[in-house]
Amino acid sequence: MIAQDLFTLLPEIVLALYAMAALMFGVWTGKDRTAPMLVWATSGIFIALALWIGLNGQGTTMAFGGMFIDDSFSRFAKITILVAAAAVLLMSQDYLAKIGILKFEYPVLVSLAAVGMMMMVSSGDLIALYMGLELQSLALYVIAAMHRDNTRSTEAGLKYFVLGALSSGLLLYGASLVYGYSGTTLFSGIIGAASEGDLSLGLLFGLVFVMAGLAFKVSAAPFHMWTPDVYEGSPTPVTAFFATAPKVAAMCLFARVVFDAFGNVVSDWQQIIAFLSVVSMFLGAIAAIGQTDIKRLMAYSSIAHMGYALMGLAAGTVEGVQSMLIYMAIYVTMNIGTFAFILCMERDGQSVTSISALNQFSSREPGKALALLILMFSLAGIPPLVGFFAKFGVLLAAVDAGLVWLAVAGVIASAIGAFYYLRIVYYMYFGEETEALEAKMPPVQYAFLMASAVIMLVGVAGFFGVEGSALAAAEALVN
Amino acid sequence: MIGLEHYLTVAAALFVIGIFGIFLNRKNVIVILMSIELMLLAVNINLVAFSAFLGDLVGQVFTLFVLTVAAAEAAIGLAILVCFFRNRGTIAVEDVSNMRG
Repeated sequence: MIAQDLFTLLPEIVLALYAMAALMFGVWTGKDRTAPMLVWATSGIFIALALWIGLNGQGTTMAFGGMFIDDSFSRFAKITILVAAAAVLLMSQDYLAKIGILKFEYPVLVSLAAVGMMMMVSSGDLIALYMGLELQSLALYVIAAMHRDNTRSTEAGLKYFVLGALSSGLLLYGASLVYGYSGTTLFSGIIGAASEGDLSLGLLFGLVFVMAGLAFKVSAAPFHMWTPDVYEGSPTPVTAFFATAPKVAAMCLFARVVFDAFGNVVSDWQQIIAFLSVVSMFLGAIAAIGQTDIKRLMAYSSIAHMGYALMGLAAGTVEGVQSMLIYMAIYVTMNIGTFAFILCMERDGQSVTSISALNQFSSREPGKALALLILMFSLAGIPPLVGFFAKFGVLLAAVDAGLVWLAVAGVIASAIGAFYYLRIVYYMYFGEETEALEAKMPPVQYAFLMASAVIMLVGVAGFFGVEGSALAAAEALVN
Repeated sequence: MIGLEHYLTVAAALFVIGIFGIFLNRKNVIVILMSIELMLLAVNINLVAFSAFLGDLVGQVFTLFVLTVAAAEAAIGLAILVCFFRNRGTIAVEDVSNMRG
């Protein structure tokens, strides 16, 4: 049986062993000279594992007595996570080399974080959940502070660490209550103890604490306060990473917990998630208006987007989870393109992140400005771009589940939020003439920016088949 | 007779002290690290008490995992703090404020 269990975990085991081997290789050979090679190798491994999981996996397999679940939901999440992590790694190389922090630890830590994220989305037990979450978080704390000689980067790392540890503590306290009042840490056992109508007070408290901890990790308001500072302070490639893969992992873990462990008490958690969703959408939309730093703006944008994804989850139906998964996949694609652009914003060889630097950008670089315009419109949810259909899906799911007020709030927040995306476009096309922004793009970043913009246009026709696999994933999770 | 609820009360009190330690402390980041440790130890008391009460070993296994992770977490926190101190020359909480807004 053990052999079979280990076989189910093989992708995670391969990646963990690769991370350790890469660390040893880096230490014993050329140290940071090996970093470019390790970045490419790590991205290669990520893509290979994504292909392996996508082509090989079928059905639902439990390993280690239900502690680890391999189903189409976890496979969908893992493929998204791995592809996003690979894309961000490839984009980061030039930028990190330019500011002199292309260290070989970076790809190693990203691989370890990826192992943690894969554990998270597959966890079927509170212990597995906690270990996956911590493996991911500990690696992320370190890469946030990776620019060691930079005050802002270390400050971002410190803030992320303190608030992340606090959220882990909340989650863990909730987990201990859930264990105590259900008598088991297995999700399959908890779901039996938490049945409709007579949810004990202890379990309810545990659920609330666990959800507060998870809301921290997805940066949903009112647990969002770390996000803007960490996004602004971290090196830009790290910010790009934070905005993509960990968000998918945390959101899928959220879905995993509420459906696998508390699927019988939908009405108890539905109102909490609806609350998180509506607060996140409005806070993200309103607080972003006054921002002048594009990384900070993207932080508020991600808070708002998490609100929409949570709206899908709040529906508590198959369609809701399906729309949430599609939303996350589209969100990640848009963010990769946008950050590919942000990475290249520089003036006199220095990176700039202020939005006003974009003034009159279109007159110098019409192609890139057009790509960014498409991405901004898509982030704002303007039809007929893919971002609109992402929002439409979650709104529809919320209406179908009877949460009409939530859907209406979502539409209003989206209209408010469109303002700051359009402001960027305004600066690019109609801003005052200022000192020119150089955007010499290395080919990798140019390719990601253009590919992501093209996907936003072309993807409208069928989303490249994501819809079907998201439906299969949602069905595997919900029933 | 000391029952389960006594242990839970102590753990809840320690947990709340830990949270307050993070938010009310205005002096020193080390105190925050201690508060985090206090929160995790409160959770451990909870887990062990439940484990003994339920006659189920899983809670104690969980505790061992939590202890291990807490050690790793403290190590990483101190490492980041050392980097921060090298850059700023201070670890006072009010100086962790380059970014605001």
